Amino acid sequence: MQYLLLIYRNEAELSKMTPEDRQKMSAEYGTYTQSIVQSGHFKAGDGLQPTTTATTVRVREGKTLTTDGPFAETREQLGGYYLVEAKDLDAAIALAARIPGARDGSIEVRPVMIYK
Amino acid sequence: MISPADIDRIFRDEAGRALATLIRLVGDFDLAEDALQDAFAVAVERWSTCEVPDNPRAWLVNIGRNKAIDRIRRRAVFRAKQQALVHELELNAHAPDEPPAMLDDDMLRLIFTCCHPAFAPEVQVALTLRTVCGLSTAQVARAFLVSEEAMSQRLVRAKQKIRLAGIPYEVPERDALAPRLDGVLAVIYLVFTEGYVATSGADLMRPDLAIEAIRLGRLLDRLMPDRAGIKGLLALMLLHDARRAGRETAAGDIVLLEEQDRTLWDRAQIEEGLLLVDDALRTPGRPQPYAVQAAIAALHARAPSYAQTDWPQIAGLYEVLLRINPSAVIELNHAAAVSMVDGPGRALDLVDAIAARGALEGYEMLPAVRADLLRRLGRKDEARAAYRAATEATQLEPLRRLYARRMNELG
Repeated sequence: MQYLLLIYRNEAELSKMTPEDRQKMSAEYGTYTQSIVQSGHFKAGDGLQPTTTATTVRVREGKTLTTDGPFAETREQLGGYYLVEAKDLDAAIALAARIPGARDGSIEVRPVMIYK
Repeated sequence: MISPADIDRIFRDEAGRALATLIRLVGDFDLAEDALQDAFAVAVERWSTCEVPDNPRAWLVNIGRNKAIDRIRRRAVFRAKQQALVHELELNAHAPDEPPAMLDDDMLRLIFTCCHPAFAPEVQVALTLRTVCGLSTAQVARAFLVSEEAMSQRLVRAKQKIRLAGIPYEVPERDALAPRLDGVLAVIYLVFTEGYVATSGADLMRPDLAIEAIRLGRLLDRLMPDRAGIKGLLALMLLHDARRAGRETAAGDIVLLEEQDRTLWDRAQIEEGLLLVDDALRTPGRPQPYAVQAAIAALHARAPSYAQTDWPQIAGLYEVLLRINPSAVIELNHAAAVSMVDGPGRALDLVDAIAARGALEGYEMLPAVRADLLRRLGRKDEARAAYRAATEATQLEPLRRLYARRMNELG
């Protein structure tokens, strides 16, 4: 099965990181990505620019409405994702638990819908 | 000939296990449930006119497997994958009976799947009662005080999640086993505590739930022997449940431990519980919280009277619990034990310290314990106020009546 691992973390906290900590975090993500590429679980993965760069789009009565930023104010924001292949939810949870962001943020594990 | 009541009893005993094996064979919760219902229907017809088979579970699994094949065939879209499944099921149908160890594993798989942490705790409890214990959806709904429709929805969504999220039908691997087993024990404990003191309603206890939890505990102890956590929990449940007949009057009023007629306690069940506590405490390793709680229950069960209870040791065991599993609820229980050793004044200081931290805000037993201590200290006005707060905090009728009685006695 395929699972999307959505990485949520607190942007305000993240922006306070020292350059050294930031570098350390990047290195950890690099190691993690490498390991799941090698184990054959990796399908795709990216980091996202902060929500200050986000635009939310809605179409209402045929009109396209765009607003600045994400839809709702929440404590944690979507910051990146991995798309992985895993045999079941337990395997996906184990992969999610190893994402560096799981230690201060949270990872949402979503099975990918299969169209028949 | 066999009576319908006997057939019902067999279904009740075998439903969980037969379902557990069918789920493994057909790989689908809903299909397995439907096939088992079909098999029950056939059984009602056949068993009432001729003999019940020697091994009703194997019989039910066999008929269920055939019914599953029929159901797959009847489905409008008959895919190649399902064709392969039908083929495999038919091949297996002629294989000799499966070894008992395999069937035990099926039961464990079912338990661990129902208690998967990907479900909310109340969903874990509902799934376990419905599939492992074989309660009907209506019975599970009653246990949760929700409508049958709402419960049915909850169960449908849970089974959908098993399928769509890929929750495995497996006993967790070595590393994951200990935390997952803790989750299973927590579910059994939740079922038991609701049976021991209901959260709301007219009745203090829901013995059916307590009995279900004990059944689950016995089953797990048999399937996974020599685990201190399981033995401790089973002992705890047996020892608490043994006092059931003494805990309420015929009118449904609460009889507190202090006033209970100890000859009404179930001695045989207490003996069984005491043996299990010893087993659990003797197991090497870090003491298990359930085993320590069971040891406390054992001291109560052994005591000839309330006054002659070994309160210092009970207070000491609560201190052990606080070290291995700190919680404000345990602190409150510890304070109640301290009141029997050092007096209610010292205990009240402890309770007020917990309240000051705001750790138990909204917990209904906090004002109840405070009220009792204030009453024993002769501080009548404060005791009355605390009983009023306790009355407001609970939704259980027998508790409200107890507090009203106490307020009356205070004059």
